Amino acid sequence: MKKDIILAGVGGQGILTIATILGHAALKRGWQLKQAEVHGMSQRGGDVQSHLRLSDEEIHSDLITMGDADMILSVEPMEALRYLPYLHEDGWIISNSKPFKNIPNYPNEDDLYAEIKKNKNHKLFDADAIAREIKANRSMNIVVLGAAIQHLGFSKEEISESIKAIFSPKGEMIVEANLKALEAGIQIS
Amino acid sequence: MEKMMLLGDEALAQGALDAGISGFYGYPGTPSTEIIEYVQRSKQAIENKIHRTWSSNEKTAMETALGMSYTGRRTMVTMKHVGLNVAADPFMNSAMTGSHGGLLIAVADDPSMHSSQNEQDSRNYGHFAMIPILEPSNQQECYDMAFYGFELSEKYHIPVMIRLTTRLSHSRSGVQRREKLEQNVLRKPDDIFQFMLLPAVARRKYKALIKAQEEFEAESLASPFNTFKLDAQDYSKGIIATGLAYNYLKEVYGKDSIPHPVVKISQYPIPTKQIHELYEKCESLVILEEGMPVLEELIKGAAFQGLKPIHGRLDGTLERDGELNPNKVAAALGMPAKYGKDIPEIVTGRPPALCVGCPHADSFIALNKAVEEYGRGHVFSDIGCYTLGFMPPYNAINSCVDMGASITMAKGAADSGLFPAIAVIGDSTFAHSGMTGLLDCIYDKSNVVIIILDNSTTGMTGGQDYTAFGKLEEICLGLGVEKGHIRTFFPFVKNHEEMTQIYKEEIAYEGVSVVIPRRECVQTMKKRNKKGAK
Repeated sequence: MKKDIILAGVGGQGILTIATILGHAALKRGWQLKQAEVHGMSQRGGDVQSHLRLSDEEIHSDLITMGDADMILSVEPMEALRYLPYLHEDGWIISNSKPFKNIPNYPNEDDLYAEIKKNKNHKLFDADAIAREIKANRSMNIVVLGAAIQHLGFSKEEISESIKAIFSPKGEMIVEANLKALEAGIQIS
Repeated sequence: MEKMMLLGDEALAQGALDAGISGFYGYPGTPSTEIIEYVQRSKQAIENKIHRTWSSNEKTAMETALGMSYTGRRTMVTMKHVGLNVAADPFMNSAMTGSHGGLLIAVADDPSMHSSQNEQDSRNYGHFAMIPILEPSNQQECYDMAFYGFELSEKYHIPVMIRLTTRLSHSRSGVQRREKLEQNVLRKPDDIFQFMLLPAVARRKYKALIKAQEEFEAESLASPFNTFKLDAQDYSKGIIATGLAYNYLKEVYGKDSIPHPVVKISQYPIPTKQIHELYEKCESLVILEEGMPVLEELIKGAAFQGLKPIHGRLDGTLERDGELNPNKVAAALGMPAKYGKDIPEIVTGRPPALCVGCPHADSFIALNKAVEEYGRGHVFSDIGCYTLGFMPPYNAINSCVDMGASITMAKGAADSGLFPAIAVIGDSTFAHSGMTGLLDCIYDKSNVVIIILDNSTTGMTGGQDYTAFGKLEEICLGLGVEKGHIRTFFPFVKNHEEMTQIYKEEIAYEGVSVVIPRRECVQTMKKRNKKGAK
């Protein structure tokens, strides 16, 4: 089994946390992983991406081959589209629909949504609103993760365990908020 | 022992810690920064009092590391590729003195210029200095090469370069640790001539360095990091892959075995005999390397030209610039192209920008007002977050060349008659390479305004501390700037009028002025508050 995932967003939106959780769950299974991150200039409000590769066999490249990705997991709708060349034709786009507008020429949102919907497999939802509803404002990224896990073959229990392990140093309240966000994400169809 | 999940940078740092290093030296620079940042957080480093504070610049770092090596201890100096330009003088001469305690020079290149002003390939420098180079292809090799590199360095009394690239420096994977080695004890060099490069000694040492090349090559041949699979089914081409390119090669073949002969190079100088044997056996060669066509040029040379095809970056088989990826490597090997869908046209670029609330933004807005009457083209700038002041809505600066060049370029322009000539430099960049340029201005009484943007950190690389922190005014005074022309203010929306006024007054002053807008970086402030809340 091998899962190639492009994580996309804008610097500071929390995509590396998603990567850490998925990576933790994969390691628990005894899988291998490679995770290429963006550091430096682009982190200043620019577009950022992480190539996350999980496999039960040896992984060679740190970068995902274009046309091979199983999923684009994005916390921002325009950023989801930026990595389409990487997506396999049967791959999934799981994306937050809430735009992050820090540029003057941000495109029309409905046009972006229409482009995302052109893809066979997609889920598009306002993860910011969902996180607010369940009073877990800062866990938008975990809502997005929740919507993705069934398509990556991870169980709710596995990911919950990883969330507990990773967030427990930050306190019980933060663990609970993220577990709620995970559940809310899983409910998105 | 359980595997650790480490970035390539971190794996190298952990390897060096386990291999008995006594001190790290360096200046932050993407993608090398995480080596020393990791050491600064490491309990192991703190408990063992391993040196791990930042140096003023790469040159001072390189020299300090050489000093530690002099005492017989193991040491590493870290920098990004362009940092090696700054450290080039001690670097080249360290090949002449050689090392005493193991000396590793870790240089992280940035092909595709994700966060850099060029994509120079540090292997050229290693070749130039005639020292062994190690080029890891994965995180485990980063770790293992710290042990191996120190051993090689101590065996031949020679500094060893470890060349990383962005995709390895910043990619995370599992690393298996080994049993730790003890640090070396302090021991002065046995040979009193070793570090004395007087011409008479230097001539002798250079001959020895030339002679050692054969031994270095023999080491490359025996290296566990170089592999030679010369027997294969298909000799229509032989493949040479270096460092990361080897991963991409393995990736594109996946589970299938590679039908062609393959030479993997992760240690230089290249083992010439094996390369020649590969050339003899095959009808053509394909050379895959991350970075410039360093190996390709070495191998192609004049003698090989035209005999058999050698494919790589020079003949367009691979793009001449930019980093590699599995798709480019597959195309170079004539395999079918894979591609998802095109990026829809409505997707626009999202370039990096100054953070919301950044003090530099206020400094630029006020500066723009102050220089409005002169038109664009008067502001020389430098390397750091504030380089983003070039972008709209600021459009405030007109140059970015190398660390410190803002001050000296402004001086040159002022010498030529440009008025006003203004330099905008960050506080950490000023500590790195601004002080000597300022001294030149003082010496010549140049008509310049030097703006030192003081956000109290090295911002672009993620908020490291720096050597001149809290001493900027004293340094400027000490170098000879007049007290009345060192002006500081708090860059903030409410103060724009006052700030513009100060800029204008200093522009009007004929001589050297220093203006210091001072407010902490919003990112480091956030981090500090988070820590405080815990």
